[in-house]
This record gives sequence, structure tokens and C-alpha cells, in this order.
Amino acid sequence: MKKILLLITIMIMLSSWAHATKEKLFPVPYPPFSNKDIFPCMNCHEGLDRNKKVRQLKEMHQDIKIEHHGDRWCYDCHDERNMDRLRLANGEQVKFQESYRLCGQCHGNVYEQWKIGIHGKRTGYWNGEKQYLLCVHCHDPHTPRFKSMKPDPAPIRPDAHKVKNKKH
Amino acid sequence: MKLIKFLTGAIKEILIGSKLYYAWVGLLLALIAGMGYFYYHEFNMVQPEGSLEQHIIWPVYIANFAFLVGVAAAAVLLVVPAYVYHFQAIKEIAIYGEIMAVSAIVMCLGMIMVDVGRPDRFWHLLPFLGGILNLPSSMLAWDVIVLNGYLILNLIISFYLTYKGYTGEKPNTKFYVPLIILSIPFAISIHTVTAFIFNPLPARPYWNSAILAPRFLASAFCSGPALMVIILQIIRKFGGIKVQDTALFKIAEIMAYSMFFNLFLFGAEVFKEYYSDTIHLAPMQYLMEGLHGHNALVPWIWTAIVLDISAFLIFITLRNVRSVKLMNVGCVLIFIAVWIEKGLGFITPGFIPGVLGEIHEYLPTLPEIVCSLGVYALGFLIFTVFAKVVIAVETGRLKYSE
Amino acid sequence: MKILKDSFIQRRKFLKGLMAGAAVALAPLTDSEASKFSFEEYFQKHFMEMTKEEKEKVLKRLADEYKQTYGKEFTVKATEAIPDVSFGYALNLSKCIGCRKCVTACVKENNLSRRPQIQYIRVLRLPKGSMDLEKSEHYYEADLVPEPNYYYMPVQCQQCRKAPCVKVCPIKATWHEKDGLVVIDYNWCIGCKYCMSACPYFGRRFNRGVTQIPKDEINTNVHYLGNRPRPRNVVEKCTFCIQRSREGKYPACVEACPVGARKFGNLLDPNSEIRQIIDKMRVFRLKEDLNNDGRFFYFFHN
Repeated sequence: MKKILLLITIMIMLSSWAHATKEKLFPVPYPPFSNKDIFPCMNCHEGLDRNKKVRQLKEMHQDIKIEHHGDRWCYDCHDERNMDRLRLANGEQVKFQESYRLCGQCHGNVYEQWKIGIHGKRTGYWNGEKQYLLCVHCHDPHTPRFKSMKPDPAPIRPDAHKVKNKKH
Repeated sequence: MKLIKFLTGAIKEILIGSKLYYAWVGLLLALIAGMGYFYYHEFNMVQPEGSLEQHIIWPVYIANFAFLVGVAAAAVLLVVPAYVYHFQAIKEIAIYGEIMAVSAIVMCLGMIMVDVGRPDRFWHLLPFLGGILNLPSSMLAWDVIVLNGYLILNLIISFYLTYKGYTGEKPNTKFYVPLIILSIPFAISIHTVTAFIFNPLPARPYWNSAILAPRFLASAFCSGPALMVIILQIIRKFGGIKVQDTALFKIAEIMAYSMFFNLFLFGAEVFKEYYSDTIHLAPMQYLMEGLHGHNALVPWIWTAIVLDISAFLIFITLRNVRSVKLMNVGCVLIFIAVWIEKGLGFITPGFIPGVLGEIHEYLPTLPEIVCSLGVYALGFLIFTVFAKVVIAVETGRLKYSE
Repeated sequence: MKILKDSFIQRRKFLKGLMAGAAVALAPLTDSEASKFSFEEYFQKHFMEMTKEEKEKVLKRLADEYKQTYGKEFTVKATEAIPDVSFGYALNLSKCIGCRKCVTACVKENNLSRRPQIQYIRVLRLPKGSMDLEKSEHYYEADLVPEPNYYYMPVQCQQCRKAPCVKVCPIKATWHEKDGLVVIDYNWCIGCKYCMSACPYFGRRFNRGVTQIPKDEINTNVHYLGNRPRPRNVVEKCTFCIQRSREGKYPACVEACPVGARKFGNLLDPNSEIRQIIDKMRVFRLKEDLNNDGRFFYFFHN
């Protein structure tokens, strides 16, 4: 009896270990939190109620606007059981350093491309080690659309010294 | 030795002349000095902010180069009637054609030296000085060979004939006639190879047309002889050389045929581009009517077309009206017309619009104009100086005596 | 490349004296105030014909020259091509926002002249729905990019396998390297600009002025065939940052792109990003009908 229990325990441990390592870990820099004191979240959220109502936040996180398609609300991605983790669709908790797994659930195509290096900025060596970035390093998860920026100046026109006011 | 006496006599001949001669040579030397000044200045000048030459890669120098290769090739228009058809009236003046070819080639090489970024590295082009020529693939490398070959050929022929005239010996036909016959395919090849420099660049669809080489030859045979006709009359007037009117009208006859082909081929180009109406119409459209508001070259090309047609009509009437004055007018018209058509009207639209669709207009700047005039002056100086020696020998003023 | 025969070398030595006279006369026209005329530099052989020792000598001489001119220690390399490497480049047109950060990074990395301004990369703004380059705008300025209804296409040297520039150079001053890069020996080029006329992609530039770079922005890690401070009046071009790519690094433009639109790697490695892109994406090349067989691929992903 003891032997069978031991065998079953070992099998459960092995399968959960296998399950846990099904997704490869990608080496990424530290997640870009808005300020260094905001993490760990449980420092504040430990004793707070989890209010799932969609509303205008008044006391904290008022600066967060959610512009992510569909009717998104905080707990769609953040895990209410442990605010220091994110929540996959099946309830599994993932660390912020693995947030790509969460994004990849809806954005599967992009996720596959990111994994092989086609999507997203990478630095490093073309024949060696490369750095990955988290999705959130470029896309704010609350308003993910890539921000427009001011372009660097245009090349100087060949007739610049002559034509000051004329438009092309 | 005879040769030393010839050279000292020639130098004396060059240094001593009439007031008109000094004035002319003085003007030419002044232009060359001006060229030297502007060239040096441009080299050491910090460029204004935006650089037009990234877009208009070959400015007026190469336009002049293309035109002058045509002028050089036109010596063949004297050589063929003289030595293949034995037309006596032309045979007696053929040497001036050869000297003109030498001066024209010197001008071509001068234009290239002024245009190129590092003329001090000229030896990279000469294999016998340690350079490398990218044969057979580079057309510029072929041009180096044929231009210098043609120059050397004409130098040898004209020097030989003049020297023999000086010593009073009969020139050895077995030596110089084969060289002259050889200069005929060389003349055709210099202009064909020059056309082939521009022709096979798929990046420049305006030039990428099969009839470019024939167009070049046709326009060469209009412009070079035009200059020749006028120069021969000047030599007749000031040098006392016998130049028969029949020679001049024979040249004019050949020019008339060339003018027709030139107009026909140009018309064919215009038709093809406008009818096909593809994206490649853009350079032709820029030239003929303007593109997106840019139309700097439109008055130039239409002037050239009007002058072309007028000159052609004049030369047709010369069959019946044997007027030397009328012919001179025609020659001036066609010379200007071909310069515009082959120079500004050919090189510049090749770069407009650029390969990435950008339009930057170009008209020659003052330093470029002065440097071009300086190179022209150099060529005219060489012609004047050589012609003076040849005239002296032909009139007997410079003759060998013990 | 043909090796010179001894007889030629003899003749060249003899004629050196003659040419030296002409060269000294022309010297004031060829050099900036900063550098002096150098006999070794003037009579330098074609880079491909030099022995290893001669190359070392040249690199050392250049390092000394640059130290004198710019007051900094330069590392001048002539790293050869890594074996079994054939470079490829891909650019995602769906992502490019036209910010021109690649242009700026290239200028800094490659010691490009600021005045007159030389930029190897030209970013075109095209209206949606058309690839007609005549409709492109090179000089767009905007407060924010991307602007609506436009897309952006940066163009640079495509390092063509059948490069028209290599075909037309009269003195073989530009050639294909084994890893696919098209390079120029800046000390051999005579500045005839035939290659510039032949290039369909605006890949080559001519620097007529005295190169002016702010002293604190000079990149001292240079390659002989790439980003070293170049003599004036010769043609220069993008070399996929030969000083970086031959050490395994990405070119500066790839690293600078904020949206990750640029991808670079070894076409012969099936696991490289560039091969994955060619496999999985719908790639095309610019002006492919000209048959230049370029190494630069564009693609859209949506």
C-alpha cells in the first residue's frame, strides 16, 4: 500500500513537473513596472476586497486607461487570488516575467513569431546569443497600440540653400 | 637631325603669329586659367548643405563628354570619302579632320579628368602603370582603351603626314593608309562604346533604349562635321590653304542624311515612350513638357528640336542652292541643337526622376560652366597650335632645308 | 584577382618618380587641411592584391593617421568573411513607422559626414495602395509617425548578388566579398561615379566635401572596407556594418529600430531569423525585375 502511494505521488510530481516545463522560459529583462514601489502588488491588495465591477477607479490606478479590444477589465488578466501574478484562461498563474504566455493566448500568431525572433526588437549577436524583450517592454498592456513618436529630421534637400519657403 | 629641326621649327611657328592669333590664344589661355581657379576653388570648398550630386550624378561635364566624343568620331566623315572613295577634294583637307579628332579626344579626356573625384589616381586606369582595368565587363574600361587608341592613331597619322610634308619626302602609303583605315572602325567604336556606357544601365530607363548607340552616331555625324566645315573656312581665310567648295558641300550632303536619321530616331524614342505610357515615360515627359511642375529643360529641348528641323531643311535646300553662307547658318544651328539634345537633353533627364522617384532639377552652375569652357579652350588651343604647324608645312613656310 | 607580374612592378617603380612629380603638383587639390600627402598612400596597391603583411602595414598607417587627425585611438581592422556565411536582411513594412532612427544610428556608427550630409538609408513615405516610387516622399516631416494612410519603406544598399555597380566599375574598386557584402576599396576608387549611376536603389554616395564629424561622436572601431574615416571624393556605401556583422553583431540599423522591423542573419543557417522569415512570410524584393538578385527582402505581415 505504501509502495503504491509513493508511486502515485512520484507520478503526480513528474506529470506536474512536465506540465510546468511544457513552455520554455525565455530570458527577458525585468518587467517595466510604472514605478518601483508598485510591485509586489500584495503589499496593498492583501487586505482589500476584490471588486469585479467595471467602474471608474478613484483612489489608485486612476491613470490606467484600458484600450485593449473587447470589454477588458482588470481581472481578465490579473489573478484575484494573488495580485502578484497574472492569470491564464485556464486559471494557471504566471509570473510577470512570463507575461508573454498570457499575451500569446489571444495573440497566438504573434507569439509564435516572437519565439523565433521574427516579431519584436532583438539585440545581440546574429550568430549567437540574443536578448528577448517582454511584450510589455514595447506594448503597454492596458493600451497596447504602439505609441506614435516624433520622427528624426528629414534629409536635407539638395536645393535647401535656395528653396526656403517653397513646398514640394 | 631632321626631327629636332622640325620640332624647333614647329615651336617657333607656335610662338610667333599675327595679332589676331595672339588675341585668340590669349583668350583661350585666360579661359584655361579661369578653369584652373574654379576647379581648385570647388575642390576645397565646403559644399552647401544638401548635395545635388547624389542625385544628378553626372553634371554638365559628362554631357559635354558625350557630345565631344561625337565630334571626335566625325573625323571619319572626312576619312571615308578621302581614303575609301578617293574623293580628291576631301583628301587634301583630311588631315584637319584628324587634328580635330585629336583635339576633341583631348577635350573628352579633359572633361573626364575635371568630373572625376580623384584625377590624381588616374594611374589606376592604366595597366602598364600598375592599374587594373575591369575588362570585359566595364564599358568605361573599354572606353579608356578605344579613346586612347583613337587618340594615339590620329596623333601618329597627323604627325607622320606633317613631318613628311616638312621634309618633302613622299609619305609611305603602306604605313599610314592602313592606320587611316584602322581609324574608321575606331571612330565608330569610340562613339558606340561611349553610348554603351549609358545604355545598359537598367537603373536608368531613359537611357536603356536599344537605339541609343545609333542615335549617338547619327547626331555625331551632324555635329562634328558642322564644326569642321566652319573651321575649314577659317583655315582657308587665315591660313591660305586651298579648301574647295565641293569638299564642303560633299560634307554637307553626308550631314543631311545624318540629320534625317537623327530626327527619325529621336522621333521614334518620343513615340515609344508616349504611346506605351508606362512609368518610364517620366524622364521623357520631364524633358518635353515638365513633370509635377518641374520644367527647367522644356525650353531647351524645344529650341533644340526647332533648330534641328531648321538645319535639316537648310541642308536639303543646299542641294539646289549652293550658298556657303546658308550652309554656315545651318552648321551653327545644328551644332547648337545637337549640343543641347545630346548634352543637357540626354544626360540630365536620365537622372530625373531618380531611382527612388525623387525629382531634383539641375542646370549647370557657374564653376561648372567655366571649367567646361576651360576644357573647350584647351581643345581649341591644341587644334589652333597643331593646325598652325600643319598650315605652315602645307604652305611651305615651314620646310626642311640643309 | 590577377596578381601583378614582376615586370609590371619594375616598370611601376620606374614610373613612380614621374608620377610623384605630377602627384605632388596635384596634392593640394586632393587632401583636406587635416591630412598630409603620403607616398605610401598614393602608390598603394589594390586591397585585394596586397599580401597579409602589406595589409597590416596599411592598417597601422591608417591608425596612426586617424590618431593624428582626430586625436583618438582607432582600432582599424580588416576582418575577413566568416566562412559559410551569406548575409540576408529582411524588413517588415507592416511595422516600420518611419521614425528614421535607423538613419541616425547608421550615421553615428559609420562615421558618415554630417556636413555635407550623407545618409546611407533613405526612408520613403508611400501612400497606401501603391508601390509607385514616383509617389514617394523622401523629405516628410511630421509631429507623429506613422501618419495615417501612409506606409514607410526604408531603402539602402541591397548587396545584390549580381550587382550592377560591381559590373560597371572600370578599375574593380568595388567587388563582392565571400559573405555577400559589396565593398569598396576607398583608396583605389577614382570617384568616376559610374557605380552610382548604375545603382537602382540609391545605395551609393559621393563625399566631395571635407568630412565633418563632431569629435565626440566618432566611432573608433573601424574596418578598412567599412566605416573608417574615408578619403574625400570617393564613393561610399552601406556594408551591413561590416565592422559589426563580421564579429557576429547586428548592424546598427537593426539594433536601432524601435519596432523590431529589421531582421538580419545568415541565409545559410536554416534556424536563423532571416531564413524563418523567408519560409514563413511572404517576402519580395524591390525592383526584382532588374534581376539584381538582392539580399534585402521586404514583407508585410498584415
